[in-house]
Amino acid sequence: MGKEKKKYANIGKGIGDNIREIGATFKEGDWKAKVSFLIMGFGQLMHKQFLRGILFLAVEIFFIYYMVTFGAGYLSKMGTLGETATYVDKTGVVPVTVYGDNSFLILLYGILTIFVVFAFLFLWRMNIKQNRQIQKLLAEGKKLPTSRDDLRSLLNENFDKTLMTLPNIGVFVFIIVPIIFMICIAFTNYDADHQPPSSLFTWVGLENFKNLFSIGSAGFGSTFFTVLGWTLVWAFFATFLNYFLGMAVAIMINKKGIKFKKLWRTILVMTIAIPQFVSLLYVYKMFANDGLVNNYLIKWGLIDSYIPFWANATYARILIIVINCWVGIPYVMLMATGILMNIPEDLYESARIDGANAFQMFRKITLPYMLFVTGPYLLTSFTGNLNNFNVIYLLTQGNPKSMNLTGGAGYTDLLITWLYKLTINDTNYRMAAVIGIMVFVVTAVISLVVYRILPSVKDEEGFQ
Amino acid sequence: MAKETKTRSRSANRKVSNGITYVILILMSIIWLFPFVGLVFESFRSYATEYGGMVNYFIPKSFSLDNYIFLFSEECSFTKWYLNTLVIACFVAVLNTFMVLCVAYALSKMRFKGRTFLMQFWLILGMFPGFLTMICLYFLLKQFGLTQAGAIPGLILVTSASSGMGYYVAKGYLDTIPKALNESARIDGASNARVALTIILPLAKPIVIYTALVAFMAPWCDYVFASYVAFGYSDSYNVAVAMQRWVWTNDYQGYFTRFCAGGVLVAVPVTILFMCLQKYYVEGVTGGAVKG
Repeated sequence: MGKEKKKYANIGKGIGDNIREIGATFKEGDWKAKVSFLIMGFGQLMHKQFLRGILFLAVEIFFIYYMVTFGAGYLSKMGTLGETATYVDKTGVVPVTVYGDNSFLILLYGILTIFVVFAFLFLWRMNIKQNRQIQKLLAEGKKLPTSRDDLRSLLNENFDKTLMTLPNIGVFVFIIVPIIFMICIAFTNYDADHQPPSSLFTWVGLENFKNLFSIGSAGFGSTFFTVLGWTLVWAFFATFLNYFLGMAVAIMINKKGIKFKKLWRTILVMTIAIPQFVSLLYVYKMFANDGLVNNYLIKWGLIDSYIPFWANATYARILIIVINCWVGIPYVMLMATGILMNIPEDLYESARIDGANAFQMFRKITLPYMLFVTGPYLLTSFTGNLNNFNVIYLLTQGNPKSMNLTGGAGYTDLLITWLYKLTINDTNYRMAAVIGIMVFVVTAVISLVVYRILPSVKDEEGFQ
Repeated sequence: MAKETKTRSRSANRKVSNGITYVILILMSIIWLFPFVGLVFESFRSYATEYGGMVNYFIPKSFSLDNYIFLFSEECSFTKWYLNTLVIACFVAVLNTFMVLCVAYALSKMRFKGRTFLMQFWLILGMFPGFLTMICLYFLLKQFGLTQAGAIPGLILVTSASSGMGYYVAKGYLDTIPKALNESARIDGASNARVALTIILPLAKPIVIYTALVAFMAPWCDYVFASYVAFGYSDSYNVAVAMQRWVWTNDYQGYFTRFCAGGVLVAVPVTILFMCLQKYYVEGVTGGAVKG
């Protein structure tokens, strides 16, 4: 708590310092610096830093142009997300389409404009700072960096900026803006009945979240908890079953006296190489009602009629977990092989002299070592399995469906596949956004809690 | 004497346990290989003389190339879909590797303002499910005409633009290259860019190959976003989007063997490539996992 307070105090102090420095620049600066407050880059241009000057000037011109022609209009409508929908006016002789607002565009460009404003403020501040620096350097009688120096520094002192620019732009446009947009959607009524431009959507506050937790015929509550429960059970089994079985396989292959080690590994690794949509769809068909497994079981007289592997919720769930072992064991095997070889042999040697059997050695030496080293892997693999779309969707598409579940969910749906269905089939974007946020919350909480109890985080030197 | 019996019983024990291990390993190998063998068998089942859908036997009655001939015939745009996927995979492999290396190098070897903040922020961003942003991304792409007919460049753009966030494994690897190398080169007057390109990059070859390989393999399996962006425009489909219809929809009841043939054609080159570069893959998996 105290730390938090200090943080806020620091932020407050930071803002105060900034304002003070801006004031000082204005008071102590010459007329060139003062003009720079209004015309960005003026001071730089006057001091022959053409590259910086032109860039700042261009930013300002672009910003004003953007706000006047585009940004300001969208920003002003953010409060309502538009009031007049597009409609067809049939009063005249010829029906005329009257174009109105589009909530989707208003929200998206509104968010973008907010970012543009902040970026502009940041650049303006940078412009002031540079002017102050110019004054300082001149007062000390030093040379100012020229445009050439600036460019060269991009490959040297500022090489990190060169490297990070493109990735940062990519993440901003394709991750940050869309995520903020969708978080906002969770607070609107954007669904099948409100599809702009013919029918606008608007802010509804926390209604969607209330709907998610309301248990009743219309609410999403019971479905949500069913899906969430299965998601957690699935992630648990998918992670730990694979982990222990994969480790067992690695130990078996590593065992002294076992030949063709490379062959065994290669066979298992093949599953990683073959695209999942091929292998999993084939396996899905193998277990279909008219698939190979059922057909052979009938032929051999083990069963009379086919087993509905995919239509029965319990069968489907168990089968998915088993098939996921088939997918996941090779990864763990590969990883564990490398780590097992690092365990010092003399640990086993001394244990053997003390009369320990294989299982005891596993429990006292191998397992602690593996858990210590692969703790972070287990965590990422668990959160990855929470969002393991491919395995579920290629095998069952979340089916079997049920009348007990709303929103088109099925008994093997994870939150993530349900989210996908809500988006694609139901165009129920509002609930999809809410579920997306819930996935985030679940992932974040689990990560935080587990991260704190990980032995390799608590005690970095433990095994070294 | 007593000692001898003990060693003998131990070696007998070992023989038994090794025998059991072999049995388990052989059983596992059969289970793991079964789907692939099945896939190949089904792909050779004649479409004309035997049923193309599900049958109740494993080995086809007669081997034929019907399904493969169909895939390359005028009727089916399999070649188009295959090329689409190949183009996406190649571009994504190059662009992703570039982006990932940029980020990994900057975060691993350089210290700049906002570095820890950026890492934490990206970690948090990564906790949001990817499909959440699907409709927004679709709209963004649509604005630039990168959906449906333009889905291929659109997919390349979306996949590689944000790929910098997957820098973890590459950074972990670069962290193991001693910093002293950087420092000594810097003292000799080399610029940061020069150090990165001439000293670190050659040393990072395994991780470059790993990153490119993983990026190359992902588009072959990309179903979700690819189908959403191409949306009914079949010339822009990739193999996964096009061929899953043959398995799921009832309109294509008898297409199962054709799906298998296509699957074989997709799987074989990818698998061969993977097996050739397996060494680097293993290095990446082990290295990445240990460092988290």
